[in-house]
Amino acid sequence: MIPYEQIIGHLRQLPGCNDIQYSSFRDNHRLVVPKDCIYTVLQRLKDDFNFDMLIDITAVDYLHYPDARHRFGVVYCLLNTQTGQRLIVKTNLDEPDLQLPSAFSLWKAADWLEREVYDMFGIVFEGHPDLRRILMPETFTDYPLRKDYPLRGRGERHDFPVISRAES
Amino acid sequence: MALGLPENVFLANLDKLANWVRANSLWPMPFATACCGIELMAVGASRYDIARFGAEVMRFSPRQCDLMIVAGRIVMKMLPVLQRIWLQMPEPKWCISMGACASSGGVFDTYAVVQGIDRFIPVDLYIPGCPPRPEQLIQAVLDLQEKIRKTGTLAGREFQQRTQPNIPQLLPAPPSDRIVAPGDYTTATQRWPGDDRSSSSCSRRPLPQVN
Repeated sequence: MIPYEQIIGHLRQLPGCNDIQYSSFRDNHRLVVPKDCIYTVLQRLKDDFNFDMLIDITAVDYLHYPDARHRFGVVYCLLNTQTGQRLIVKTNLDEPDLQLPSAFSLWKAADWLEREVYDMFGIVFEGHPDLRRILMPETFTDYPLRKDYPLRGRGERHDFPVISRAES
Repeated sequence: MALGLPENVFLANLDKLANWVRANSLWPMPFATACCGIELMAVGASRYDIARFGAEVMRFSPRQCDLMIVAGRIVMKMLPVLQRIWLQMPEPKWCISMGACASSGGVFDTYAVVQGIDRFIPVDLYIPGCPPRPEQLIQAVLDLQEKIRKTGTLAGREFQQRTQPNIPQLLPAPPSDRIVAPGDYTTATQRWPGDDRSSSSCSRRPLPQVN
């Protein structure tokens, strides 16, 4: 089992990745990676350090969050099934450039996870083979988990034809 | 009577006879999407036993049903399915909206949940409760039987006479929708050049086609 500090040391030597931030709390190990080298970092973690399972991809909207510097954070949860090591990799995004490289070529699990993040937050994963909405109807155009989307929606839930007694 | 009818022969209005038959042989279509569906199953099982009222033949094909029991919350993606199934049921047909969610959206006042199915399909009976007691559903079936006995003709003309219901209209969103938490508004979602999202998101869809 390679210690986390050693993994971070290797990752920081990658080109453009020297300002990776690392923090840990109990057995929770977290990386904050610049957006431009997220794919390289994920690829190194999978190939060199055997993080062979993608547990989850999710996102956070930091709008109105106290002291937040970025609008969105995209979070990858990785697991090394040999050693049981877990790592949380996070990257930050700001409007209008909400694009990230897709992790589908590394883990097939990224397929639906990236579609969900796209559906709920509007973050576009370049290179995804089939980036469609997964939960909301296809005609939906907003991103409901963004903090500036009203809880009750913008009337989409009432935008259906009415069937009366006479016509049914 | 002067006719001198033999024993066990009755004279009745044909409409009345048809209504008597319909009321005592309801075939429910269980549209169960949530915990109300569990209560619905309990009503179908031996302890409450809806068979005592002639409505035990739950069919999962809308072609064979005349009573739709909507039990549970209906979301945006399920509503076209619900409407399609309702249109596929043959006349005469009735609808029971079971529970708070089907009747009004219940506690799920969110962007994806329809705030009452009566906005989009006709409803004959509402059952309050979250979820309702099985006895309430049995009472609803009894009330519906009463309604069927009073209305309904063999030709089904009363269905033509029922016109567009006066459904609840969409209320303007109250101010509580606005986020008032302190924070930085400079990074809020803004329109940028090339962004063609409209504020009203969905275009109105046509009625589902029934085959």
